Amino acid sequence: MLVQQISVFLENKSGRLAEVTRTLASNNIDICALSIADTTDFGILRLIVNKPQDAEKALSDNGFTVSCTDVIAIAVEDKPGGLAFVLEILQDNAISIEYMYAFVGKTGNEAFVILRVENPEDALRTLTNCDIKIIPSEKIYCNVK
Amino acid sequence: MSFWNEKYECMSRDEMRKVQSERLIKTVNRVYNNVPTYRKKMDEKGILPGDIKSVDDLKHLPFTYKQDLRDTYPFGLFAVPMSEIVRIHASSGTTGKKTVVGYTKEDLEVWSEVIARTFTGAGLTKESFLQVSYGYGLFTGGLGAHYGGEKVGATVIPTSSGNTKLQLSLMQDFGTTHIACTPSYALYLAEEMEELGIKRSDLKLQAGIFGAEPWSESMRKEIEDRLKIKAIDIYGLSEVIGPGVACECEYQNGMHIPEDHFIPEIIDPDTEEVLPEGSKGEIVFTTVTKEGLPLIRYRTKDLSSLNYERCECGRTEVRMSKVTGRTDDMLIIRGVNVFPSQVESVLLSIGETAPHYMLVVDRKDNLDTLEIQVELSTAMFSDEVKKLEDIERKITKEVQSTLGISAKVRLVEPKSIQRSEGKAKRVIDKRVL
Ligand SMILES: [Zn+2]
Repeated sequence: MLVQQISVFLENKSGRLAEVTRTLASNNIDICALSIADTTDFGILRLIVNKPQDAEKALSDNGFTVSCTDVIAIAVEDKPGGLAFVLEILQDNAISIEYMYAFVGKTGNEAFVILRVENPEDALRTLTNCDIKIIPSEKIYCNVK
Repeated sequence: MSFWNEKYECMSRDEMRKVQSERLIKTVNRVYNNVPTYRKKMDEKGILPGDIKSVDDLKHLPFTYKQDLRDTYPFGLFAVPMSEIVRIHASSGTTGKKTVVGYTKEDLEVWSEVIARTFTGAGLTKESFLQVSYGYGLFTGGLGAHYGGEKVGATVIPTSSGNTKLQLSLMQDFGTTHIACTPSYALYLAEEMEELGIKRSDLKLQAGIFGAEPWSESMRKEIEDRLKIKAIDIYGLSEVIGPGVACECEYQNGMHIPEDHFIPEIIDPDTEEVLPEGSKGEIVFTTVTKEGLPLIRYRTKDLSSLNYERCECGRTEVRMSKVTGRTDDMLIIRGVNVFPSQVESVLLSIGETAPHYMLVVDRKDNLDTLEIQVELSTAMFSDEVKKLEDIERKITKEVQSTLGISAKVRLVEPKSIQRSEGKAKRVIDKRVL
């Protein structure tokens, strides 16, 4: 049920992001979602792609510092309060979020939210018990197709 | 024109050689008989004290390295019993073991004498007020300048370093005429004065004696323009005695060496051959009057050259040029000696292998800045910003505590630091000297 996220270290200099996307494109890898966390000196690019293993290899072969992390993808109703509902559940269960980002799929009225937590397996159980809709990786990947 | 010790400062070259020869012979005997390291070094070369008949034979003697001081830490190279040592100074020991230097009463006299000569050359008299803004303590700068100033008979104000506002107010209240500090601190003082609205006419400053870090002619001009003083360059290293190993006269054209105490040579650092007059190479010193820690042919690793022409000031003492570099990769950042290898060991303590790194030294607002670029490895990488910032903080803190300087740490992408095929290039020095 967990989704593999690729994280890439990027110095804040021009052209680096383009380089990443070029590398993925030339390896026929589709980007489903991305987010960038940045500081003055560097950024961390987080990617959900259709072929995480291939992406990790292609990027590290091209000299990037890459890591692969398990994250949780959930679906929330694309309306006011949709996300708040999920966050409350996490808070009530003392699951703290390291970071999160959202994106909208191509179909339906659901938004996808990627959650990075300390212990994803535990969080997964809690969320399932509370009837939050977990999106398996295959679905994320094909949803964008 | 005033001299402190005209006899020696203006001696003919022939007379000077005679003085040096006599004193060298005595020193060689002393170290051979009292310092096992020297006896061993000389025995290995097959040289007996009796073989040294004049200063011409200096070239046959073995070299002394900083490593010899470390190997015999703390007092192994001392040539007198500890009961005769009245003062000890030490380097900060950031490159490993500290190096310790010891002085007898007579050595402190010699030290004060050589500084008195240099200060007199810079215009200091009994009427002067000398503010010593070098750090006091194990570092030789503060106390060296202090005793030299007292020897001249000036009124010494031992402010030590830091507390700039107080320094400036004392400077006004006491009528400081001379200041001894690092050149970058002099510029900092100028800035603070402007900031605080202290006018030049509030001060009686005439000259400053600046050393302990490399500085350029343009920096000299800036100091002279902004503080309206004469900026005099002084050179020294604690192993030889401290500040006062060489210093400019008012003509500011090379630093006179009190050769009756310290005999300089310029050698090729690779072949170790003595180079002809005027050549640029590593400057090597032999002390010929020191009792506590006499050093034979001490390798400074500083690059300079010697000029034996009589100076306009009338002194016949040889002049050494400004140090233009080092034979090793030591950096002096805000007066602190920094070796890239020290940074490397800090980085090693962070990860399992030392990542590639580069030290970028620059000068902003007249203060040296150090940026440490560290290539992030996969092992160090995390998808959380907080963890990467922790790494930066940890390196900054370790560098601060082991090297004693603040540095900006910047994580960079792998392979972004240029590789070299030979010796790794670890330093980009952007300071214009
Ligand atoms: Zn002169």
